[in-house]
Amino acid sequence: MGVARYIKDEKDAIREVVYQSGIRVKPSYSPRDLAEVGFDYARDLGDPGEYPFTRSLHPMGYRSRAWTTRQYTGFGTPEETNQRFKLMISHGQTGLNVAFDLPTQMGYDSDDPRVLGEVGRVGMAVGSLRDFEIAFRDIPLDRIGSGLTINAVACVMLAMYQAVAEKFGYPREKISATPQNDILKEMIGRGAWIFPVDPAVRLVGDAIEYAVKALPRCNPVSICGYHIRESGATPAQEIAYAFEIGKAYIEEVQRRGLAPDEFVGSFSFNLNVYGNLWEQVAKFRAARKLWARMLRDEYGVTQKKNLFLRGLFGGGGSGLTKAQPENNIMRGAFYALAAALSGAQTTALCSFDEAYTIPTPRAALLSLRTLELLMDEVGLRDTVDPLAGSYFVETLTKQMEDRILDEMGEVQKIGGMRRAVALGHIQRKVSRQAYEFERGLQNGDYIKVGVNKYTEGVEDQPDVELHAYDESWAEKQIDGLRELRRVRDRREVSRTLSALEQAARDGRNVMPLLVDCCRAYATVGEMAGVLRQVFGEWEEPSIF
Amino acid sequence: MAGKTIKILVGKPGLDGHDRGAKVVALALRDAGMEVIYTGLHRTLEQIVRAAVQEAVDVIGLSIMSGAHLPICRRLLELMASEGIGDIPVVVGGVIPKQDAGKLREMGIQGIFPGGTPFDQIVAGIESVAA
Repeated sequence: MGVARYIKDEKDAIREVVYQSGIRVKPSYSPRDLAEVGFDYARDLGDPGEYPFTRSLHPMGYRSRAWTTRQYTGFGTPEETNQRFKLMISHGQTGLNVAFDLPTQMGYDSDDPRVLGEVGRVGMAVGSLRDFEIAFRDIPLDRIGSGLTINAVACVMLAMYQAVAEKFGYPREKISATPQNDILKEMIGRGAWIFPVDPAVRLVGDAIEYAVKALPRCNPVSICGYHIRESGATPAQEIAYAFEIGKAYIEEVQRRGLAPDEFVGSFSFNLNVYGNLWEQVAKFRAARKLWARMLRDEYGVTQKKNLFLRGLFGGGGSGLTKAQPENNIMRGAFYALAAALSGAQTTALCSFDEAYTIPTPRAALLSLRTLELLMDEVGLRDTVDPLAGSYFVETLTKQMEDRILDEMGEVQKIGGMRRAVALGHIQRKVSRQAYEFERGLQNGDYIKVGVNKYTEGVEDQPDVELHAYDESWAEKQIDGLRELRRVRDRREVSRTLSALEQAARDGRNVMPLLVDCCRAYATVGEMAGVLRQVFGEWEEPSIF
Repeated sequence: MAGKTIKILVGKPGLDGHDRGAKVVALALRDAGMEVIYTGLHRTLEQIVRAAVQEAVDVIGLSIMSGAHLPICRRLLELMASEGIGDIPVVVGGVIPKQDAGKLREMGIQGIFPGGTPFDQIVAGIESVAA
């Protein structure tokens, strides 16, 4: 939910303000506060586009280019998804953000007995390259970038994206895909993991290593503080855990003999925007600075562009409420404002009806319009980092920096993020916080409009237009899959799958083999099945 | 409340991994004095039914966020009936649209707690079906 705690007196005057990250806010700020936190313009901010990039990655900010909008889209069959992609592009969306259904995310085919009722439900069902050929038909893959929201089998989808681009005649050097590919965050929140920690991180590393060499415009990993925050982390923890995850991936790729300067520029982040406006702005500004400083000082990164914390700042799902859902339209606008004031490069917004359903087209379009309106109508493109120099914002940014470093130190004490996740340490901590926050909300310690304040006279559960789920999608997918299994070259499928198995066992990079499997129309379930056989499945540590 | 401690199995059936709600409710039920067994993620319905039999629970609570609550609940109730534990009450939480609540009740689901239901209502609801 992400709101600050306000302690008030009997006349409703605010006595104390405590942000989620634990920072206490004073009634007013002055140059004395800046002196106290040791603020120094050159060291802490620098000009826009200059190290440490606190103010902006680019000297001209949104003047040179407005943000890229990437609403999360995809459902049902590849045909339906293709239509929705085209609709969003025709409305001005400049990148895609592909949602996959749960069977695909978990590496099962649509006809697997474990996928009961899930085919095409929360995203598009993908069985094989054939489905990508339909989903991306007539999409200019050399101009439109695609986020692929998939993690445990991200390597499979990245391989398939390359295969579909080749099929359509786009050179692999020109395509731009951002598979989410952040398995450690799946183990903390969101839960779409398959393999145990070590092989899972190895697959993340395979995708990064391969992309650096073969897919230069792809961003092979998008580190998601986002879902960790949704699971109950504070804004400071969101950044701290994301950075510790980033370090785990950097070290995985370093082991293969690559220097961070060769690959870390392809990393991107997916960070959350809900909650207190000032805390978010300070969080993003501190994060840009800390990431650059860490890469430079700890990993010897020297090239300027490789120090950039690039990414999508958006979403805000946990801030939205089921009660009085129209309020979420306003919430979304304010969350997007936080993203814009923070210099987000790419953004997307959860839709107002998402507490009920997959967004309807009307709701998805409203989110897109909200983002467009900020850029074109309200003045967010006027000047770079407009809050810079505010006594309050700069003090808070410094304080946020300290909080993030403290949280990172705690993970380091455990032995790094791989170990902290394997032990269930982070999971326990964020779940406990989520519970305490929820209890605080129910006790009225935190205010949520329409939930525990201003609730009178409003219908308890209003009627919301629901995204329709069509049972026939599953049948259609299954029919297509069976047809595919009949017509494809079976020998080529088993040859490529055995080669994949061998590479997985030998510890070689599986990516080139996965591309071969995709070209041969091996199914997602078959490819993931091979990896399951070799790697086994993760046993989740108990969080109680 | 009866003297006996209620034993509840909190399950995350199917492929969905959004478990914040399940974990939060599990902690709340435990603080309310119940004995809570949390299945962890990606459980098949067969595994959930087996665990319910082995642990001899008083109530089964499912958390479903993906929208697949109707087919999942229908199948669970069938499995429970065939395993001879059709009398254990089942309650469901998660993203459950109002329109589906009636269908779930008709099917035999005894408590429905959509996201945002206060803990005390969930606790009271479970106590009443376990009684």
